[in-house]
Amino acid sequence: MSTETRAQILEVAGLRRAFGGLVAVNDLGFEVAQGEIMGLLGPNGSGKTTALNLMSGVLRPDTGSIRLMGKEISGLAAYRIARLGLARTFQLVRVLDGMDCRENIKAGLAFQKPHLSVAEAEVRIDMLLDRVGLGGQDQRPAADLTYIDRKRLELARALAAKPRLLLLDEWLAGLNPSELTIGINLIRSLKADGITIVLVEHVMNAVRALCDRCVVMSSGRKIAEGATADVLSDAAVVKAYLGGVAADA
Amino acid sequence: MTARTTGFSVVALAALVLLAFVPRLGNAYYLALAISLLQYTVLATAWGMFSGPTRYVSLATTAFFGVGAYTVAVLGEILLWPLVLLIAAALGAVLAAIVGLSTLRLSGVYFVIFTFGLTELIRQLVVWFEVNKSRVLGRYVFVDITQRDIYWQLMALTVAVFLLGWLIARSRLGFALRVIGEDETVAKHCGVNTTFAKVALFAISATVMTLVGAIMAPRWTYIEPSIAFNSMISFQVLIMALLGGAHRLWGPVLGAVPLTLLFELLSARFPNTFTIILGCIFLLIVYMLPRGVAGLFEKLPARLRGDDTRRVAA
Repeated sequence: MSTETRAQILEVAGLRRAFGGLVAVNDLGFEVAQGEIMGLLGPNGSGKTTALNLMSGVLRPDTGSIRLMGKEISGLAAYRIARLGLARTFQLVRVLDGMDCRENIKAGLAFQKPHLSVAEAEVRIDMLLDRVGLGGQDQRPAADLTYIDRKRLELARALAAKPRLLLLDEWLAGLNPSELTIGINLIRSLKADGITIVLVEHVMNAVRALCDRCVVMSSGRKIAEGATADVLSDAAVVKAYLGGVAADA
Repeated sequence: MTARTTGFSVVALAALVLLAFVPRLGNAYYLALAISLLQYTVLATAWGMFSGPTRYVSLATTAFFGVGAYTVAVLGEILLWPLVLLIAAALGAVLAAIVGLSTLRLSGVYFVIFTFGLTELIRQLVVWFEVNKSRVLGRYVFVDITQRDIYWQLMALTVAVFLLGWLIARSRLGFALRVIGEDETVAKHCGVNTTFAKVALFAISATVMTLVGAIMAPRWTYIEPSIAFNSMISFQVLIMALLGGAHRLWGPVLGAVPLTLLFELLSARFPNTFTIILGCIFLLIVYMLPRGVAGLFEKLPARLRGDDTRRVAA
């Protein structure tokens, strides 16, 4: 592929974070090119969400570097990283329950510079609601939404910031088959818009359908990296997921 | 929405006109009662401005109120009155910024306890300073300020605090605070500088409280730390704001008015069991009216439209 010639949106190198004696992320490194969808895979507890939290600024890394469009962001406050063009969704969906759908999306765009005028913001909010399939529901309290609609709303809020890089933490988890198809198409359409995406996902059909490349983690380390089909048939990956005689046993 | 805004404006104007007539009654008791009402209205509204949207329960009201009162006790006879008020406001803002920067990373019960401890700390510091350095435990406040002057100043402050609250609620800062109150992690990921937003609003609210303390100080003529830093004020303001509903700008006033009247009655009739009754009232409010009187008012139109049944069925 022409990955090498394209600009790197995200460059992670030597990333490490320990909680007491547990090293959750250990010497992690990878790159994501402009317009790519990269899957971050691994069994439960392998450090995927911690890695996302380090990138979005929820946690500070112990060592290592994270570059967003060439700018070092490791250790920056989350709100600064957000303003530099990184948006995310959360493993446990976080919508603002006390507000309606319109305000939820407004939260995503109100604090980004340059500030939009009220009229521009309204148009953009309506557009985003349509985009994720919540058109006409702008007045509805977020607390009343169904599970998939909460996910849609959370995604719309992340998109409101016009991110260059979008981190999706198990955004497709818990959807039924038809919702999953809708979700996959939605994410694919984001790629068409030029948004670079890193997604943590356990739904393998979705990973196969969406990801150009994958990085697989196990116990905090990267154990495989490459084109999706190759990685999923990699012996070490199969062993990490299915058990068996592990290499470090 | 515009109809509601007009409705509010009419009610607010009517209240103002009524209040403007109080000093003309020439009755010292009514004037004193009206001063109490305004004092608690401003304090509770200022408390709600910060604690309503962020849901950080602060017990530091007394600290700021006391700092304001002491500023007057120390500087009241030396400087011009407007200058004294200005200095009090500045002290309150600076103190709030320091406290805010060091504590707003705490949340939940830790923040409550810290703000309570802060009040005690400041009181003890004042006591220590007065005993060891200035060698007085009490101070006389001899300034040329009458009850009427206090009343008019408080009224001006009431108008100012509502205007300010209204402006903030419409501003980006106000919206940021609401997002923080809903989910602080989300706020950060939306690009909100949460520390700045919280400290800014905490300082604004504290400045108002400090001004109330400064304006009220001449009422006493004699001030000592236990009077100026009476932690009861923190609790009373908290109860009032919760009874009224701290999530609305006009909520706390709905609690401040009835409770000021009730406290007035109780402290006259049952001076010894006053605190016990206060505690019981607090419990009742928290259990019976979690969203305050303002919450009741919000439910009313929904119930009339039959929205309640829809939501239960959904």
